[in-house]
Amino acid sequence: MARVVVDVMLKPEILDPQGKAVHGAFGRLGFDGVADVRQGKRFEITLDGEATEEQVAEIRKAADTLLANPVIEDYTLHVEGDQ
Amino acid sequence: MKIGVVTFPGSLDDVDARRAATVAGAEAVALWHGDADLHGVDAVVLPGGFSYGDYLRAGAISRFAPVMETIIKKAGEGLPVLGICNGFQVLCESHLLPGALIKNHHRKFICKDQPLRIENNRTAWTSDYDANHEITIVLKNQDGSYVADEATLDRLEGEGLVVARYLGQNPNGSYRDIAGISNERGNVVGLMPHPEHCVETLTGPSTDGLGFFTSVLKAVVAS
Repeated sequence: MARVVVDVMLKPEILDPQGKAVHGAFGRLGFDGVADVRQGKRFEITLDGEATEEQVAEIRKAADTLLANPVIEDYTLHVEGDQ
Repeated sequence: MKIGVVTFPGSLDDVDARRAATVAGAEAVALWHGDADLHGVDAVVLPGGFSYGDYLRAGAISRFAPVMETIIKKAGEGLPVLGICNGFQVLCESHLLPGALIKNHHRKFICKDQPLRIENNRTAWTSDYDANHEITIVLKNQDGSYVADEATLDRLEGEGLVVARYLGQNPNGSYRDIAGISNERGNVVGLMPHPEHCVETLTGPSTDGLGFFTSVLKAVVAS
């Protein structure tokens, strides 16, 4: 069974309050030298069978309509094992 | 005159919205997310709350509920639709309104009485307010920060589609202090603060919210 991974991130121009909170905690815990933290979402999608071109195209469609909101987010998609 | 109020799993303010519709003089109709039939209502309210637990993104999963397919279609035909708080998030996720709502910039939940200015009183939901009417209604949200790209913000302001703006200190980081917007036709309105909690002096800071519900009664009668 193949696995498709979709990584979703807020667009760079959109404020990320959660990332800011994590960045603040870095400083308090003494993890120095960190300029910025952005928090995203990772979806691991296990397919019934192989990652055919059609199947990956379907997942891309799902990413466009459901997993990411193109108004505020970008995503990348890859088939696990491909990279 | 029937105002339908949708209940999604995790809606919180559906009962108050139905009560506000009744106080305004309408017949309130409970609509269910899983039922695509709007049961002959003349207008629809998408209430506040945490539908589907805000999983994925606030409003992202509700957008695909059977009832939303009908609402999206009818909104295109002119059905008045008001999305309050989580309902506003659902309208943005449905692309009935531009932009999106993200977490408050200070990361804390807000619950306060919030002064607003009604900047557009030509929509189906705001005609009972005077131009630039200042009102105070309840604001309570977690993902209340309205964001959109600069071109969209310029267009909203240029075309007078900003329905309400926060007065005083910006409570949640919304771009350009935007509290509510409408579509070009003025039948679809999204608002982060809660007019439905402010229709009776016993339980709200004012009765300033009632105008949203009385406005839509007139809009329906006029059409």
